[in-house]
Amino acid sequence: MNRAATAAAWAISGVVFGAGLSLSGMINPRKVLAFLDVTGAWDPTLVLVMVAAVATPMILFRVVLRRETPFLDSRFYLPTRRDLDARLIGGAALFGVGWGIAGYCPGPAIAAFSVDLREPAIFCAAMIAGMYLSDLVPQWRASGQPA
Amino acid sequence: MEGFTPAAGLAGGFLIGLAAVMLLALTGRIAGISGILSGAIHAGEGRSGRWLFLAGLVAGAAVHQWLSGAALPVRELSWPLLAAGGLAVGLGTRLGSGCTSGHGVCGIARLSPRSIVATVVFMSTGIATVFVTRHLLGWAT
Repeated sequence: MNRAATAAAWAISGVVFGAGLSLSGMINPRKVLAFLDVTGAWDPTLVLVMVAAVATPMILFRVVLRRETPFLDSRFYLPTRRDLDARLIGGAALFGVGWGIAGYCPGPAIAAFSVDLREPAIFCAAMIAGMYLSDLVPQWRASGQPA
Repeated sequence: MEGFTPAAGLAGGFLIGLAAVMLLALTGRIAGISGILSGAIHAGEGRSGRWLFLAGLVAGAAVHQWLSGAALPVRELSWPLLAAGGLAVGLGTRLGSGCTSGHGVCGIARLSPRSIVATVVFMSTGIATVFVTRHLLGWAT
Protein backbone atom coordinates (compact mmCIF):
# COMPACT_ATOMS: atom_id res chain seq x y z
CA MET A 1 0.00 0.00 0.00
CA ASN A 2 1.05 3.59 -0.59
CA ARG A 3 2.87 4.68 2.57
CA ALA A 4 2.75 8.39 1.80
CA ALA A 5 -1.00 8.26 1.21
CA THR A 6 -1.48 6.33 4.47
CA ALA A 7 0.60 8.89 6.38
CA ALA A 8 -1.45 11.71 4.83
CA ALA A 9 -4.70 9.93 5.74
CA TRP A 10 -3.71 9.68 9.41
CA ALA A 11 -2.55 13.32 9.48
CA ILE A 12 -5.63 14.76 7.74
CA SER A 13 -8.03 12.72 9.89
CA GLY A 14 -6.21 14.09 12.94
CA VAL A 15 -6.49 17.67 11.69
CA VAL A 16 -10.26 17.35 11.10
CA PHE A 17 -10.71 15.66 14.49
CA GLY A 18 -8.67 18.38 16.24
CA ALA A 19 -10.62 21.17 14.53
CA GLY A 20 -13.83 19.48 15.72
CA LEU A 21 -12.55 19.25 19.30
CA SER A 22 -11.71 22.96 19.29
CA LEU A 23 -14.89 24.15 17.54
CA SER A 24 -17.15 22.00 19.72
CA GLY A 25 -15.67 23.29 22.97
CA MET A 26 -14.50 19.83 24.11
CA ILE A 27 -10.96 21.23 24.25
CA ASN A 28 -12.01 23.59 27.04
CA PRO A 29 -11.89 21.71 30.38
CA ARG A 30 -14.11 24.34 32.03
CA LYS A 31 -16.85 23.58 29.50
CA VAL A 32 -16.44 19.81 29.94
CA LEU A 33 -16.69 20.12 33.74
CA ALA A 34 -19.73 22.39 33.33
CA PHE A 35 -21.34 19.60 31.28
CA LEU A 36 -20.56 17.02 34.00
CA ASP A 37 -21.77 19.43 36.71
CA VAL A 38 -25.47 18.54 36.34
CA THR A 39 -26.43 19.97 39.75
CA GLY A 40 -24.47 23.21 39.20
CA ALA A 41 -24.43 25.70 36.30
CA TRP A 42 -25.02 22.93 33.76
CA ASP A 43 -23.85 23.45 30.16
CA PRO A 44 -25.62 20.94 27.88
CA THR A 45 -23.47 21.72 24.80
CA LEU A 46 -21.67 18.39 25.00
CA VAL A 47 -24.94 16.53 24.55
CA LEU A 48 -25.18 18.10 21.09
CA VAL A 49 -21.50 17.40 20.38
CA MET A 50 -22.11 13.74 21.16
CA VAL A 51 -25.32 13.61 19.09
CA ALA A 52 -23.60 15.01 15.98
CA ALA A 53 -20.38 13.05 16.56
CA VAL A 54 -22.31 9.76 16.88
CA ALA A 55 -24.93 10.38 14.16
CA THR A 56 -22.32 11.06 11.46
CA PRO A 57 -20.52 7.69 11.70
CA MET A 58 -23.77 5.90 12.52
CA ILE A 59 -24.92 6.80 9.00
CA LEU A 60 -21.61 6.85 7.14
CA PHE A 61 -19.82 3.80 8.66
CA ARG A 62 -22.49 1.72 6.90
CA VAL A 63 -21.59 3.26 3.56
CA VAL A 64 -17.85 2.75 4.19
CA LEU A 65 -18.29 -0.87 5.29
CA ARG A 66 -20.07 -1.77 2.05
CA ARG A 67 -16.56 -1.84 0.58
CA GLU A 68 -14.52 -5.04 0.88
CA THR A 69 -11.48 -3.09 2.12
CA PRO A 70 -10.58 0.46 3.12
CA PHE A 71 -8.95 2.61 0.44
CA LEU A 72 -5.40 2.30 1.81
CA ASP A 73 -5.25 -1.06 3.59
CA SER A 74 -6.11 -4.69 2.91
CA ARG A 75 -8.73 -5.01 5.69
CA PHE A 76 -10.86 -3.20 8.29
CA TYR A 77 -9.68 -3.45 11.91
CA LEU A 78 -12.92 -3.50 13.90
CA PRO A 79 -13.35 -4.62 17.53
CA THR A 80 -15.39 -7.83 17.67
CA ARG A 81 -15.86 -8.48 21.41
CA ARG A 82 -19.39 -8.11 22.74
CA ASP A 83 -18.98 -9.50 26.28
CA LEU A 84 -18.96 -7.31 29.38
CA ASP A 85 -16.26 -7.86 31.98
CA ALA A 86 -14.91 -6.26 35.14
CA ARG A 87 -11.89 -4.86 33.29
CA LEU A 88 -14.11 -2.90 30.87
CA ILE A 89 -16.44 -1.58 33.57
CA GLY A 90 -13.71 -0.88 36.15
CA GLY A 91 -11.54 0.80 33.53
CA ALA A 92 -14.42 2.96 32.26
CA ALA A 93 -15.31 3.90 35.85
CA LEU A 94 -11.72 4.95 36.59
CA PHE A 95 -11.54 6.91 33.33
CA GLY A 96 -14.70 8.84 34.29
CA VAL A 97 -13.20 9.75 37.67
CA GLY A 98 -10.07 11.16 36.01
CA TRP A 99 -12.21 13.00 33.43
CA GLY A 100 -14.27 14.53 36.25
CA ILE A 101 -11.20 15.60 38.23
CA ALA A 102 -9.34 17.41 35.44
CA GLY A 103 -11.90 17.94 32.66
CA TYR A 104 -9.75 16.33 29.97
CA CYS A 105 -10.27 13.08 28.10
CA PRO A 106 -7.41 11.89 25.83
CA GLY A 107 -8.23 13.75 22.58
CA PRO A 108 -8.84 17.18 24.09
CA ALA A 109 -5.83 16.77 26.43
CA ILE A 110 -3.56 16.39 23.39
CA ALA A 111 -5.35 19.02 21.27
CA ALA A 112 -5.06 21.44 24.23
CA PHE A 113 -1.35 21.86 23.40
CA SER A 114 -2.74 24.40 20.90
CA VAL A 115 -4.01 26.49 23.84
CA ASP A 116 -1.44 26.14 26.60
CA LEU A 117 1.61 24.09 27.59
CA ARG A 118 1.40 23.65 31.34
CA GLU A 119 -1.93 21.86 31.78
CA PRO A 120 -1.71 19.49 28.80
CA ALA A 121 1.95 18.67 29.56
CA ILE A 122 1.28 17.63 33.16
CA PHE A 123 -1.95 15.81 32.27
CA CYS A 124 -0.52 13.98 29.24
CA ALA A 125 2.65 12.90 31.09
CA ALA A 126 0.50 11.37 33.82
CA MET A 127 -1.87 9.85 31.24
CA ILE A 128 1.02 8.14 29.43
CA ALA A 129 2.35 6.89 32.77
CA GLY A 130 -1.12 5.46 33.46
CA MET A 131 -1.10 3.71 30.08
CA TYR A 132 2.26 2.05 30.82
CA LEU A 133 0.91 1.14 34.28
CA SER A 134 -2.03 -0.65 32.64
CA ASP A 135 0.46 -3.02 30.98
CA LEU A 136 1.24 -4.34 34.48
CA VAL A 137 -2.39 -5.22 35.26
CA PRO A 138 -2.87 -8.92 34.41
CA GLN A 139 -5.24 -9.83 31.59
CA TRP A 140 -8.37 -11.68 32.72
CA ARG A 141 -10.14 -14.25 30.64
CA ALA A 142 -13.91 -14.23 30.20
CA SER A 143 -14.06 -17.01 32.82
CA GLY A 144 -12.55 -14.66 35.38
CA GLN A 145 -9.26 -16.56 35.62
CA PRO A 146 -5.95 -14.79 35.12
CA ALA A 147 -4.60 -15.47 31.63
CA MET B 1 -27.48 26.77 32.05
CA GLU B 2 -24.29 28.63 31.28
CA GLY B 3 -22.28 29.22 28.11
CA PHE B 4 -24.54 27.01 25.97
CA THR B 5 -23.16 26.99 22.37
CA PRO B 6 -25.45 24.64 20.41
CA ALA B 7 -24.42 25.54 16.83
CA ALA B 8 -20.67 25.23 17.48
CA GLY B 9 -21.32 22.04 19.43
CA LEU B 10 -23.23 20.43 16.56
CA ALA B 11 -20.74 21.58 13.91
CA GLY B 12 -17.73 20.48 15.99
CA GLY B 13 -19.37 17.14 16.73
CA PHE B 14 -19.97 16.66 13.00
CA LEU B 15 -16.25 17.25 12.30
CA ILE B 16 -15.29 14.72 15.00
CA GLY B 17 -17.65 12.15 13.47
CA LEU B 18 -16.44 12.98 9.95
CA ALA B 19 -12.81 12.42 11.02
CA ALA B 20 -13.79 9.00 12.38
CA VAL B 21 -15.46 8.16 9.04
CA MET B 22 -12.39 9.35 7.10
CA LEU B 23 -9.98 7.29 9.20
CA LEU B 24 -12.10 4.13 8.83
CA ALA B 25 -12.62 4.62 5.09
CA LEU B 26 -8.95 5.30 4.39
CA THR B 27 -6.98 3.18 6.87
CA GLY B 28 -9.61 0.75 8.18
CA ARG B 29 -8.96 1.88 11.77
CA ILE B 30 -11.28 3.10 14.54
CA ALA B 31 -10.58 6.68 15.65
CA GLY B 32 -10.16 5.98 19.36
CA ILE B 33 -7.67 8.49 20.74
CA SER B 34 -6.59 6.45 23.77
CA GLY B 35 -5.91 3.47 21.47
CA ILE B 36 -4.06 5.65 18.97
CA LEU B 37 -1.93 7.19 21.75
CA SER B 38 -1.22 3.75 23.20
CA GLY B 39 -0.20 2.52 19.72
CA ALA B 40 2.07 5.54 19.35
CA ILE B 41 3.95 5.02 22.63
CA HIS B 42 4.29 1.24 22.38
CA ALA B 43 6.66 -0.52 19.98
CA GLY B 44 5.00 -1.93 16.91
CA GLU B 45 3.99 -1.46 13.30
CA GLY B 46 2.21 1.71 12.23
CA ARG B 47 3.52 4.00 14.97
CA SER B 48 4.36 6.86 12.60
CA GLY B 49 0.76 7.18 11.37
CA ARG B 50 -0.47 7.42 14.94
CA TRP B 51 2.03 10.17 15.78
CA LEU B 52 0.92 12.03 12.64
CA PHE B 53 -2.71 11.76 13.77
CA LEU B 54 -1.82 13.13 17.24
CA ALA B 55 0.16 16.01 15.69
CA GLY B 56 -2.87 16.62 13.46
CA LEU B 57 -5.09 16.96 16.55
CA VAL B 58 -2.95 19.85 17.81
CA ALA B 59 -2.62 21.39 14.33
CA GLY B 60 -6.35 21.15 13.59
CA ALA B 61 -7.26 22.73 16.93
CA ALA B 62 -4.66 25.49 16.37
CA VAL B 63 -5.99 26.19 12.86
CA HIS B 64 -9.55 26.49 14.16
CA GLN B 65 -8.49 28.95 16.87
CA TRP B 66 -6.41 30.93 14.38
CA LEU B 67 -9.21 31.13 11.77
CA SER B 68 -11.94 31.93 14.30
CA GLY B 69 -9.78 34.25 16.39
CA ALA B 70 -11.14 32.43 19.43
CA ALA B 71 -8.48 32.61 22.12
CA LEU B 72 -9.36 29.95 24.68
CA PRO B 73 -8.89 30.97 28.30
CA VAL B 74 -5.89 29.30 29.95
CA ARG B 75 -6.80 27.51 33.16
CA GLU B 76 -4.47 26.97 36.12
CA LEU B 77 -5.60 23.75 37.77
CA SER B 78 -3.13 22.57 40.43
CA TRP B 79 -0.60 19.98 39.30
CA PRO B 80 -1.65 17.23 41.74
CA LEU B 81 -5.20 17.33 40.32
CA LEU B 82 -3.91 17.35 36.73
CA ALA B 83 -1.57 14.44 37.51
CA ALA B 84 -4.22 12.43 39.37
CA GLY B 85 -6.72 13.01 36.56
CA GLY B 86 -4.20 12.08 33.87
CA LEU B 87 -3.11 8.92 35.67
CA ALA B 88 -6.72 7.77 36.11
CA VAL B 89 -7.56 8.57 32.48
CA GLY B 90 -4.48 6.75 31.13
CA LEU B 91 -4.96 3.66 33.28
CA GLY B 92 -8.75 3.62 32.97
CA THR B 93 -8.92 4.03 29.19
CA ARG B 94 -6.45 1.17 28.62
CA LEU B 95 -8.16 -1.19 31.10
CA GLY B 96 -11.52 -0.19 29.64
CA SER B 97 -10.27 -0.43 26.02
CA GLY B 98 -11.33 3.05 25.00
CA CYS B 99 -12.33 6.60 25.80
CA THR B 100 -14.86 9.22 24.72
CA SER B 101 -13.96 8.77 21.04
CA GLY B 102 -13.44 5.01 20.73
CA HIS B 103 -16.40 4.02 22.92
CA GLY B 104 -18.48 7.20 23.06
CA VAL B 105 -18.40 8.05 19.34
CA CYS B 106 -17.28 5.09 17.19
CA GLY B 107 -18.52 2.32 19.50
CA ILE B 108 -21.98 3.78 20.02
CA ALA B 109 -22.23 4.48 16.27
CA ARG B 110 -21.56 0.75 15.72
CA LEU B 111 -24.08 -0.13 18.49
CA SER B 112 -21.38 -2.10 20.35
CA PRO B 113 -22.79 -3.29 23.68
CA ARG B 114 -19.37 -2.93 25.33
CA SER B 115 -19.09 0.68 24.19
CA ILE B 116 -22.63 1.59 25.23
CA VAL B 117 -22.01 0.19 28.73
CA ALA B 118 -18.55 1.82 28.98
CA THR B 119 -19.99 5.21 27.97
CA VAL B 120 -22.81 5.03 30.51
CA VAL B 121 -20.25 4.06 33.19
CA PHE B 122 -17.68 6.81 32.46
CA MET B 123 -20.38 9.49 32.08
CA SER B 124 -21.85 8.40 35.43
CA THR B 125 -18.56 8.35 37.33
CA GLY B 126 -17.57 11.65 35.67
CA ILE B 127 -20.79 13.31 36.86
CA ALA B 128 -20.42 11.73 40.31
CA THR B 129 -16.80 12.91 40.57
CA VAL B 130 -17.70 16.51 39.73
CA PHE B 131 -20.52 16.38 42.27
CA VAL B 132 -18.13 15.18 44.97
CA THR B 133 -15.23 17.50 44.14
CA ARG B 134 -17.23 20.67 43.51
CA HIS B 135 -20.27 20.35 45.73
CA LEU B 136 -19.21 18.10 48.63
CA LEU B 137 -15.51 18.96 48.89
CA GLY B 138 -15.87 22.49 47.52
CA TRP B 139 -12.82 22.30 45.25
CA ALA B 140 -12.49 24.95 42.56
CA THR B 141 -11.98 22.59 39.60
